[in-house]
Amino acid sequence: MADQQAENLYKTALYDLHVELGAKLVPFAGYAMPVQYPLGVKGEHLHTRAKAGLFDVSHMGQVRLVGENRVAELEKLVPGDIAILKPGRTRYSAFTNDDGTILDDLMITNAGDSLFLVINAACKDDDIVHMRANLDNGVELQELSDRALMALQGPEAANVLARFAPDVASLKFMSFVEIDIAGIPCFVTRSGYTGEDGFEISVPDTDAEKLARLLLAEDEVEAIGLGARDSLRLEAGLCLYGNDIDTTTTPVEGDLNWIINKRRREEGGFLGADIILDQLANGADRKRVGIKPEGKAPAREHTMVLNKDGYDIGEITSGGFGPTVDAPIAMGYVAIEFAEPGTKVDLMVRGKARPAEIVALPFAPHRYFRG
Amino acid sequence: MAKKFSKEDEWLEIDGDVATVGITDHAQQALGDIVYVELPEVGKKLAKDGDAAVVESVKAASDVYAPVDGEIVEANEELDANPALVNESPENDGWFFKIKITDASQLDDLMDEAGYKAFVEGLED
Repeated sequence: MADQQAENLYKTALYDLHVELGAKLVPFAGYAMPVQYPLGVKGEHLHTRAKAGLFDVSHMGQVRLVGENRVAELEKLVPGDIAILKPGRTRYSAFTNDDGTILDDLMITNAGDSLFLVINAACKDDDIVHMRANLDNGVELQELSDRALMALQGPEAANVLARFAPDVASLKFMSFVEIDIAGIPCFVTRSGYTGEDGFEISVPDTDAEKLARLLLAEDEVEAIGLGARDSLRLEAGLCLYGNDIDTTTTPVEGDLNWIINKRRREEGGFLGADIILDQLANGADRKRVGIKPEGKAPAREHTMVLNKDGYDIGEITSGGFGPTVDAPIAMGYVAIEFAEPGTKVDLMVRGKARPAEIVALPFAPHRYFRG
Repeated sequence: MAKKFSKEDEWLEIDGDVATVGITDHAQQALGDIVYVELPEVGKKLAKDGDAAVVESVKAASDVYAPVDGEIVEANEELDANPALVNESPENDGWFFKIKITDASQLDDLMDEAGYKAFVEGLED
């Protein structure tokens, strides 16, 4: 990356540490982010599944909603049941729009006196405008722009973090606690985006490097870049906003029916509810599925999916190589009549139709800690 | 045998009218872990700068171009089973294909080892 280009990019609180660790930095959503370290994408991926990886995800947006009507107001913008979310619990959700499509996906935590939201880097400015325009009745949005966010992921993540904060050991998947880690005040959720057990840790910018160095000094922990973050989440069958879900896809098409909770299905009351609830009742024309190429050639995003008669039935939205499954993997959208696992299809890669199969997601089993 | 280099980060080991072609150590380092190589079929005729092969890392696919006009006479089938050879031995066991050169004058456009080294260093400045 040329220095001139780098100067126009935002830097996270861990930027100097990334440089020191020998990271290859690339522009991502306006930030200079580490795509990989000297270990390399494949090594970083395998290390995270075997031990523990530390990811800088400080480019993501962190906001807090305060005001007594915060739950009802946020429910206007997301299809999840936020009212039943107990203090200390976290839920994955999505901002929908009037078309019933997805503006962003996000994590919502009931932090007791407030709602704590984590939103995507590329969407955060738009999300904040959207929330400020739509959240009424005294709800205030506070941008936590002086906080870094890091993820510690992998089967050893809990052992490592518990050395500095023993109470995190019993924290269950999708739960939240405000806790000191080695004396640093943090927001910790047991969550992540790799399919592994682990934590996302929100920390004041001023303490971020100290905490990162502390964790990286543990034997089990390696710094992991965005390259491996992408291959890990793809193996875990998790959506990347902008690829697998966006303003052309609804939650039903995206196979995210589970984020539309029972009460919200009955009551509606979120943007695009008429379209989304109609699709829930009557089905959508297409669906996000896992796609496994039969050969060794990866099929990348925008690869056309054909049925066995040669007709265009859809498109790959994320595709690459899965180091843990040691094979090419993909996900994408296909016409609903071809969405059943086991369906044989072809992928058009470099002008050649190559056999593939629709498969159930994830490719690598989730290993969350449910207590 | 003479070894030549292209600006597309390929090396050519020239033996008579046949060149063995692969990607350089510099190229494999930039690409990272290679997970798949798609090689040209034997008998395929290629023009200089035409698509000859595709090399895929975990992250992305990259094209490998024909450094000269010619006909493919052999492809390294070892790479099907073990694409990581490109990382481990880029300028020996990790060769891609052998091409029968039809216009030897095109070799004059290629660099020698010192020239390529200077070329790579120039890119990094």
